[in-house]
Amino acid sequence: MQALFGQLLIGLINGSFYALLSLGLAVIFGLLRVINFAHGAQYMLGAFVAYLLLQYLGIGYWAALIVAPVIVGLFGAAVERTMLSRLYKLDPLYGLLFTFGLALTIEGTFRYLYGASGQPYAAPPQLAGGTNLGFMFLPNYRGWVVVVSLLACLGTWLLIEKTKLGSYLRAATENPVLVQAFGVNVPLLLTFTYALGAGLAAFAGVLAAPVYQVSPLMGTNLIIVVFAVVVVGGMGSIMGAIVTGYMLGIAEGLTKVFYPEASNIVIFVIMAIVLLLRPAGLFGRDA
Amino acid sequence: MVELSEKMTTTIETERSTSRLQAVLLLLAVGCLIAAPLFFYPIFLMKLLCFALFACAFNLLLGYTGLLSFGHATFFGGAAYFTAHAMKEWGVTPEIGVLIGVAGAALLGLIVGFVAIRRQGIYFAMITLALGQMFYFFCLQAQFTHGEDGIQSVPRGHLFGIVDLGNTTNMYYFVLAVFVIGVAIIWRFINSPFGMILKSIRENEARATSLGYSVARYKLGAFVMSAALTGLAGGVKALVFQFATLTDVGWQMSGEVILMTLLGGIGTLIGPIVGAGLVVTLQNYLATSDFPVTIITGIVFMVCVLLFRRGIIGEFYASRLGKKLGF
Repeated sequence: MQALFGQLLIGLINGSFYALLSLGLAVIFGLLRVINFAHGAQYMLGAFVAYLLLQYLGIGYWAALIVAPVIVGLFGAAVERTMLSRLYKLDPLYGLLFTFGLALTIEGTFRYLYGASGQPYAAPPQLAGGTNLGFMFLPNYRGWVVVVSLLACLGTWLLIEKTKLGSYLRAATENPVLVQAFGVNVPLLLTFTYALGAGLAAFAGVLAAPVYQVSPLMGTNLIIVVFAVVVVGGMGSIMGAIVTGYMLGIAEGLTKVFYPEASNIVIFVIMAIVLLLRPAGLFGRDA
Repeated sequence: MVELSEKMTTTIETERSTSRLQAVLLLLAVGCLIAAPLFFYPIFLMKLLCFALFACAFNLLLGYTGLLSFGHATFFGGAAYFTAHAMKEWGVTPEIGVLIGVAGAALLGLIVGFVAIRRQGIYFAMITLALGQMFYFFCLQAQFTHGEDGIQSVPRGHLFGIVDLGNTTNMYYFVLAVFVIGVAIIWRFINSPFGMILKSIRENEARATSLGYSVARYKLGAFVMSAALTGLAGGVKALVFQFATLTDVGWQMSGEVILMTLLGGIGTLIGPIVGAGLVVTLQNYLATSDFPVTIITGIVFMVCVLLFRRGIIGEFYASRLGKKLGF
């Protein structure tokens, strides 16, 4: 029983990261038609910026939770403005290849500077220790991760579905030319969207830093799993990305209890089954 | 009328002279490859040929069918494992070992292709990447691959039971023969009616469907063909280096072959060969320094996508000199 709840918690935490990352991918893809392969690298950057802020400037976890996503978001905006924006008129595959190259460059650089081994990053003292829930022991920080990432997901959903800015974004997704004709600065909107997605990835990275170690390779394997999550959910809806992220995280956790050998591949197997039964994805609209 | 027929004869003549020129270039290239082991380290040349064939097989899919597979390492590394296992555990002759690798890769291609062709474009890339990663984890845990260690000290055996491939010179000419046969098959394939239909799918899938072609079946056929030829390269590579490891099935390998093809020129027959040559040479050169190859790889990727998407050979064909030579 203990093991079951323990793995469920781990599944829920992994699910939080899957949800945050696939959400960012879906937001970027929705407007830019680019699959952001650098999403894993931006997640890693978030964790690394937090680590470096603490190391060199003494800026702690709470400030880093805001500052790191802003820095990575600005970096994303710069990349979008100078390079990525030139590729919108081409086949979306070029966007994927470009961001793949970007990911390799970022990860290679950090690996060169800091080595492949992980750096520890302590959880903030306010969240140290844990709570006994009766049926299981819950480390406070992990509980925090689940709650705050859920809030971040809902916040992004509200931003896109319920605010004026969000309505511009959705309109630009449907018909960018028309929106531009109404006097909305669509290129700026695209830059903002890419920065938002990169910032979300960095936010997930800061959250992940105390759970896993801060390492240059932390984003690479994750992003491939997140791609599978995106394929399962379909990129049509924001809510779909969130729900699928959590569902698959939990499915992975359960597999670890009942059939640990398959835990690495269960998400890919689910992806294959979904593709065979419902090619558009669980929440996707048929293309 | 007279004018027209005159014009036609001149075009036919220029075509004839350019095809003669291309034949001369081809013979020259093969001659260089035959003489190459006198000047270069044979293992390096064999590695180069294996990757060149790999990139050509990959280009069959990306360049001629318009499908970007991000999981081709599955077929390359998978075939390397199959060949290595067959050679070491079953003691078969090398030609049978390589054929087992090819058959295994084709089977994997059938399975992966069957799932992946259900989505198009960007999704296809993500699905193949995910399935490739799944195969990587499978190889990490399976018994016959020996996990992190890989299959070590694979015997090269005797070709047809006669020619000893332990001899480096023999091995080189075996690899060269496989390479030439592989490229010839690809050339024949893309110039066949099947290849023409693939190109029409690349150009306009909806129209190909409306013309009554079963697009999914053709795509699957191309995928299996590409996987099998990739397997040919992978199986031979296992013989050359006498081991098969996880490196060959990782996503980095899938990325590398994309880079080779992109750098050389997507959709050209010799572009991937040039690209493979450059990338392998670069890796060899950087292997002795501690500067990570991934940074260079990443930058080359970005530069290629931003500045010259046609690749080196593609740009050459489009240049004035290339046009003059009739490419």
